[in-house]
Amino acid sequence: MATDTAVTRDLESQEGVRRRDWIHIAALSTAGVGAASVLIPLISQMAPSADVLAASTTEVDVSAIQPGQAIKAVFRKQPLFVRRLTAKEIEEANAVDVSSLRDPQTLAERTKPGHEDLLVTMGVCTHLGCVPLGAAEGENKGEFGGYFCPCHGSHYDTAARIRKGPAPKNLMVPDYTFTSDTVIRVG
Amino acid sequence: MSFAWAKQYEPKTPLMKWLDEKLPLPRLVYNAVGAGYPVPRNLNYMWNFGVLAGFCLLLQIVTGVVLAMHYAANAQVAFGTVEHIMRNVNYGWLLRYAHANGASFFFIVVYLHIFRGFFYSSYKAPREMIWLLGVVIFLLMMATAFMGYVLPWGQMSFWGAQVITGLFSAIPLVGEPLQVWLLGGYAPDNAALNRFFSLHFLLPFVIAGVVILHIWALHIPGSSNPTGVEVKQESDTVPFHPYYTAKDGFGLGVFLILFSVMVFFLPNALGHPDNYIEANPLSTPAHIVPEWYFWPFYAILRAFTGDLTIPFTGITLIPAKLLGVIAMFGAILLWFFLPWLDKSPVRSGHYRPLFRKFFWFGLIPAMIALFICGGAPAEEPYVIISQVATAYYFLHFLVILPIVSQIEVPKPLPFSITEAVLGKDKAPAESRAGSTDAGSPGALPEGSLQPAE
Repeated sequence: MATDTAVTRDLESQEGVRRRDWIHIAALSTAGVGAASVLIPLISQMAPSADVLAASTTEVDVSAIQPGQAIKAVFRKQPLFVRRLTAKEIEEANAVDVSSLRDPQTLAERTKPGHEDLLVTMGVCTHLGCVPLGAAEGENKGEFGGYFCPCHGSHYDTAARIRKGPAPKNLMVPDYTFTSDTVIRVG
Repeated sequence: MSFAWAKQYEPKTPLMKWLDEKLPLPRLVYNAVGAGYPVPRNLNYMWNFGVLAGFCLLLQIVTGVVLAMHYAANAQVAFGTVEHIMRNVNYGWLLRYAHANGASFFFIVVYLHIFRGFFYSSYKAPREMIWLLGVVIFLLMMATAFMGYVLPWGQMSFWGAQVITGLFSAIPLVGEPLQVWLLGGYAPDNAALNRFFSLHFLLPFVIAGVVILHIWALHIPGSSNPTGVEVKQESDTVPFHPYYTAKDGFGLGVFLILFSVMVFFLPNALGHPDNYIEANPLSTPAHIVPEWYFWPFYAILRAFTGDLTIPFTGITLIPAKLLGVIAMFGAILLWFFLPWLDKSPVRSGHYRPLFRKFFWFGLIPAMIALFICGGAPAEEPYVIISQVATAYYFLHFLVILPIVSQIEVPKPLPFSITEAVLGKDKAPAESRAGSTDAGSPGALPEGSLQPAE
């Protein structure tokens, strides 16, 4: 049973605030901070782990790729098309009126300065994700001489830009840099 | 069920009234852990461990489900996936250590909870069902923990599995086929590991179901208390909220501090280093021991070194291995009979001086001895000590307890909880024989505690 003295009654009755409210608020706030901080590892553990992040860069030696030839590499578990364009292919790409393109980009925007003949793109159709044909020798390059996706008929040109068919965007150019004249690092 | 003076749940807002009509969950919570559930006012900290055990179950399920996102139960890769969790997964080291130490803390808390039951005779009528369900929970916990320890597929995982599944072969006639059926093979291998993972994931949810029954069974008579005198009147109780929500919250805080110290500074202290070596079926470790929480039972298992024979003939009635298995399971199964072995009308050890002596100077030392012997190699002097301690253990429950409970002279019990706590009880003097207490003038009429808010 609480024994009420005049003193404690005075201290308690300012605006209905009681002495014990301090400990209630302090304890519950601390518990709340604890509960919130427990949430952080539980959510973070689902993000890519260190080994997945380590596999997130790929190096490709491009020295052996001849003009007119393309290779298929792997980047983040997906196909990567690395193509060395012929002079004719570069000319065809630059001759296109950029404003007529569904996804307007020039060839220069999609290549690195000093290496305009090297086209590095993902081998993933921007429609629904199939792997387009045209990288390997003898594969169908579509009506625009670049890549052709057999799933729903998307045609990409020599700069891997979408020209015909349902795909909304050009083949994605991932982040890459030339670590030397002959080697690129992607991602 | 609740006491007559329990506060009734009153939904205030239209939404809460609607909910109360359609699916009265807030009412259920109010009546179970809220202001609507009166609890004896004199519970001590030994009554905190039930809630802490429930918290540990939740902790294990949350960390376990999350670990299962990264673990693979295939003998080729299992050990590697655990290291992947430790090294690659974000906070994986924290989750793994929380889960491993969480299991240890779960057992610490449950053992304290059980020993509370032994000392205060919580198993006595009308609470027998709660006790029986509790023993079932404990058995499920042991199965879950055993299978969980196999999953990292280290040396102790493998050889522990070998020893424990090997126990089944001791059963006459069906033992060996049973062992092969359990393992899905002739030794622990991929088949066993995979099914252990599946069952280890399943059983905690079975435990959760039995815990719900355990708490439901408890809420019928309500909690016992350190005096063992049942609740008679409103002044014997306080509402669960805020008194025991606050006390349990404090207890949880202390628990989490100790838990955090282990997880962050001593994460491998309770584990065996040999489990950081990949399982090798061709190389047995020098000393196979289970995790610490199984040590007393392991000591009982290994205490039986001689076959039970008919003297002077060559006839073996029960081989030593089977004796050990029977004793080990028997040691836990006899807890089911405790409500009927202990015949004292008095519950609390505080009022049973002879019982108390055997408890503190008999049972507790025997269990400590069994604990130490279980973790030690199976050599002298540990063998003889575990044999003596095992003998005392069974003697205590099967012989000493029934006899002591009938012959002892208990100390006089307080009339009520109110009297025990407040020193006097002004409950109807005419219902009490020989009462001289007229009541003190300044107190409230029924001596009831006003809720804090």
